[in-house]
Order: sequence, then C-alpha cells, then structure tokens
Amino acid sequence: MGRYFCNESELNCAWDRILSAFWQRYPNPFSTHVLTEDVLFREVTPDNCLLSRRLFTKTNLLPRWAERVFPSHLNRSVYIVEDSVVDPKAHTLTTHTLNVNHTRFMTVVERCVFHGVEERPSWTQIRREAWITSGVFGLSRPIQKFGLARFKSNQVKSMKGLEYALSKLHSESQPSRIHGDQDQDSPLPPATQKPQEYS
Amino acid sequence: MLFGQSDHMNSVGEGCTDLKREYDQCFNRWFAEKFLKGDRSGDPCTEMFKKYQHCVQKAIKEKDIPIDGVEFMGPNKDKP
Repeated sequence: MGRYFCNESELNCAWDRILSAFWQRYPNPFSTHVLTEDVLFREVTPDNCLLSRRLFTKTNLLPRWAERVFPSHLNRSVYIVEDSVVDPKAHTLTTHTLNVNHTRFMTVVERCVFHGVEERPSWTQIRREAWITSGVFGLSRPIQKFGLARFKSNQVKSMKGLEYALSKLHSESQPSRIHGDQDQDSPLPPATQKPQEYS
Repeated sequence: MLFGQSDHMNSVGEGCTDLKREYDQCFNRWFAEKFLKGDRSGDPCTEMFKKYQHCVQKAIKEKDIPIDGVEFMGPNKDKP
C-alpha cells in the first residue's frame, strides 16, 4: 500500500556547477521550512567517489484535518537523512532521502539522480522518484494523497532553491529548465518496493 | 565562486553552528578546486570535521534523533 511518483526533467546547467550548488543550496528563499542542516559523514572511496550523509530538520506542516487527528505532530519537526554518492567519472550524483521520525504517520523515500550527459555538456538530466507510504490504519489513503501533494510542492521548491543557489554561485542568467512531461504517479504494487520503515 | 556566504544554515546542535560553518567553507573550497578536478592530494578538512562531528553527534544523542541503523543509500542499492 502506498504511492509511487516519478519525474524526469533537464536543467540547462553543467553537471559540476549543479554539484557545487547542491552543497550550498540552503538557505534560499524557497526553503523556509528547512531549519537545520548538518553533515554527519563524508568519505572518499578508493575509486574517488564521494559519499556523504546529511541530516536536516524541517518543519512538519500538516493540513487542518491531520492537525485535528494527530495533535502531537503539531510542534515537532521532521528529521530527514539525505545520503549521496558523487561519481565524478560517470558524472552522476545519486541521492537517497527519507524521514527518520513520524514514520508511522508517513514515510517518504526519495531517490534522485543528477546525470551530466557527455554529448550535451551544458545540460544535466534529473530523474526523481518517490515512494510514499503510511501505516495509520484507516487513514493511509488520505495521508498518502497529502504526502504526494506535499512532495510535489516540495520538489518544485527544491528545484527553485537549487536554481537560486546556482545563480548566486555563478552570476550568470538563470538556467532555464525543461520539465519532462514524464510526471508519473501510481499506487505502489502491494508486494514490491516497500521502503523500510525506521520507527 | 562565493565562499563563506554570510547567510548560512544552523546546525541541529545550537553550539555547533560555528564549527559547522568553518567546516562547510573548507569543504566547498576543496570540493570545487580539488575533488571535481580530479586532484587526489587529500582532504584538508579532516581536523575541522572531527571537531564539528564531536559537537553534532553529542547534540544528536541529546535530542534522541533516530539515525542509528539507517542504512547508507537505503536497502535497495541495486536500483538502476
């Protein structure tokens, strides 16, 4: 039980510029919901990939109906862990992000790949997938629907924030973006892809 | 390239923000000038990172943030 979301788009920006902005994208005008940012782990592997883990605290804004049902969530933040692998040879940045609290209410797992394409060096492809599940008996469907809507809205903010960071770091004209029209969301098949919950 | 931006995020550990900012500055410089250019001459930020980590791990324990057991890059590592 859950929902799957997938989106593909391209950014008119070279991959290594996106990388630098990726580490410096907070704070930005679209990220007022992100309260803290910390690096917990960093390592360069023998084949020169960079592994990182970051921890974020975000505000947990719920719709009115959920605030009535789950009052204990009102004043508590969400802790988010973002793992990433930078492969400078393959020109890929792969991220894996999930919330580590409020997991019974809802778990959102996001996997994102930023891929620089050799034949088109001033473009970067972005593939973003999310798996949204809720373990609350009787309310999982509206919670997942809310979760998907919030994820899509946060995705837009996240891209705007990245573009803001890019234009701050490289004071040129704003990189233009093409939205892939492959916005796909569907129910998760029952037996597969259930993200592990850490409660 | 802008280093040491004046607007910067806070750490989850209230007393760790200055250590975090010092480390971030070092990392951003190393990342752009060395790592992305294939320079493997080593990481100049190790000591700074240790100090920062000592602080932030303490804050994580104090706030009971449940990060133990979270597998790096998740359980399904063989995704395309």
